[in-house]
Amino acid sequence: MTMITKRARKSAARLSFSGPLSGLFFVLMVVFILGPLAWLGIRAFAESWTFPNLGPDGWTLRWWSVVLGDETLGRAVQNSLALAALTVLVSACICLPAAYAFARYEFWGRRTFLIGLFALNAFPKMGLYVTIASLFYALNLMGTVMGVLIVHVLGTVVFMTWIPAAAFAAVPRSLEEAARDAGATKLRVFISVTFPLALPGILVAAVMSFLASFDEAQGTYLIGAPDIMTMPTQMYTLVLNYPNQVAAVFSILLAIPSVALLLAAHKHIVGGTLAEGFQIK
Amino acid sequence: MTLIEKIHSTTPTHRETDAGGSRGLRVRGLHKVLGGRTIIDNLDLTVQDGELVSLLGPSGCGKTTTLRMIAGFLAPDAGSIQVHDREVSALGAEKRPSAMVFQNYALWPHMTVVKNVGFPLKLRRLGKKEIEQRVDAVLALVNLLHHKHSRPARISGGEQQRVALARALVQEPELLLLDEPLSNLDAKLRVKVREDIREIQQRLGITTLIVTHDQEEAMSMSDRIAVMNAGKIEQFSRPAELYSRPETEFVATFIGSLNRIEGSLVNGAVVPGDDVIGIRPEDVVFTLHASFDARPAVVERVVPHGHFHEIYLKRDDATLRAFASGLPPAPGDRGHAAIQNALTFRQGRLVTTGGVAL
Repeated sequence: MTMITKRARKSAARLSFSGPLSGLFFVLMVVFILGPLAWLGIRAFAESWTFPNLGPDGWTLRWWSVVLGDETLGRAVQNSLALAALTVLVSACICLPAAYAFARYEFWGRRTFLIGLFALNAFPKMGLYVTIASLFYALNLMGTVMGVLIVHVLGTVVFMTWIPAAAFAAVPRSLEEAARDAGATKLRVFISVTFPLALPGILVAAVMSFLASFDEAQGTYLIGAPDIMTMPTQMYTLVLNYPNQVAAVFSILLAIPSVALLLAAHKHIVGGTLAEGFQIK
Repeated sequence: MTLIEKIHSTTPTHRETDAGGSRGLRVRGLHKVLGGRTIIDNLDLTVQDGELVSLLGPSGCGKTTTLRMIAGFLAPDAGSIQVHDREVSALGAEKRPSAMVFQNYALWPHMTVVKNVGFPLKLRRLGKKEIEQRVDAVLALVNLLHHKHSRPARISGGEQQRVALARALVQEPELLLLDEPLSNLDAKLRVKVREDIREIQQRLGITTLIVTHDQEEAMSMSDRIAVMNAGKIEQFSRPAELYSRPETEFVATFIGSLNRIEGSLVNGAVVPGDDVIGIRPEDVVFTLHASFDARPAVVERVVPHGHFHEIYLKRDDATLRAFASGLPPAPGDRGHAAIQNALTFRQGRLVTTGGVAL
């Protein structure tokens, strides 16, 4: 067990309050967090479930076969995974050098640029995408992989810049200086010291970017549909054309990659050797 | 002689004084202005080959800036830095023949002790076998072989410090730089580690420059001490001389404890004047009975310091602090206090010591 989890447990133990209040709090948490998930899970196997009945009227796997038998779904899954991976890659290539510059260099307009990255998220997304769409019509990017990719990358710029910038800034300069002193060139210092130490932050940013791209629906629908369909945009179609049990099945399918990724990242970032390195004084 | 040979040789390495020129470190006319303020003011410093020199001064005096310029992390505005007769001021830190031990040790947390120490050699593209040998030799030197595969976070502060020292020594530097090497250690460990550093430095005969604000540390380790103040070296001499013959009032007050009184000393009594006299507390002697040169005094306060006491004495001409061992007097006791030795400063510079004019 790492020190971090030990410490976290200790502080959690201190925070917990006994008595009926904590019981109530626990029940509320279960209801609010697990309730909708349970509803979703039951719904995916329900024959039908109408208002006055407390439980479903019967159980069936029909909705699963509807979804899994839909040949467009396979392509949507493929599209989603490939697009998310590509988005993370492109975003990393563009944003990581920017993040390093924000963290390590002082230049004109640095703060403005840094704050400006948020501007993208400050506007209502749909309005932004409509404007982008009119631009893309002119550039012949509508309905193309490139167009969808650009929209996805735009959505990840904030994560991919801010989190790694903080990670780069958190690498003590003396560690880099020590490497210089040992005889390393600037590039070697980055490869051997700065990058490995900032890696946990970069991984977090990559996971968040992957999930953001995986869940992105509005822009993809507007720019890509009907030629390029991802899981979220395919879901729109399915939900409109089938009973809502199908939506439940689809939600569960859509959640699988996200949950798997989060669990993997959790294991590597929180419990792994990467976290250990940060305990140095 | 290689480092490994030096480590294994039992006799201390003698300074190889070449007739050809000055080995060691030579700094001439070093100048640095930061933010419109002169940090280092035309500084000269020479460290002989195999010598250990401390840069001692209060915080903000420019000692760390000087060290960083010698290490190559900061470019001087003017001046030359020569290591073993080679001008290095134009070189980057990675090309200089010096190795530094950082104040916070700056160990790479994602590498084990072996990897940390071996990294400088890996950069030099040495063979695996040679790296292993040299790392083992230097880890044996700092007594850390048992922690070879530990990560820096898993070992104690003193051990981290030794790893940092090993990482510097493994490079076989021509100049070893240490930035406040002991400031992060507790008091007991500090004494032990400074003895270890001095012993290793003597054994390897390595030219060393240490930055410190701790006078005791500087006094106990150094061959010579350069006391810095406001970007200049106030005095550069052997530790004993620094204490007994401080050239300036600043050095006298900074090193050791001092009764600083404005005026001058005539027949053991303080008379008003433009000069400043400095009296070390151990040179003030308090006795209950009258003696030659002593004047009546009343004990005002007694501060225990363990093996000695600090006594505040009120005389008719001045208030003096004295150090006394043995049974201390009690506040209110009346007796006689004599000044046995004094330093006189005129405009900040030493003019007489012990009543003898320079």
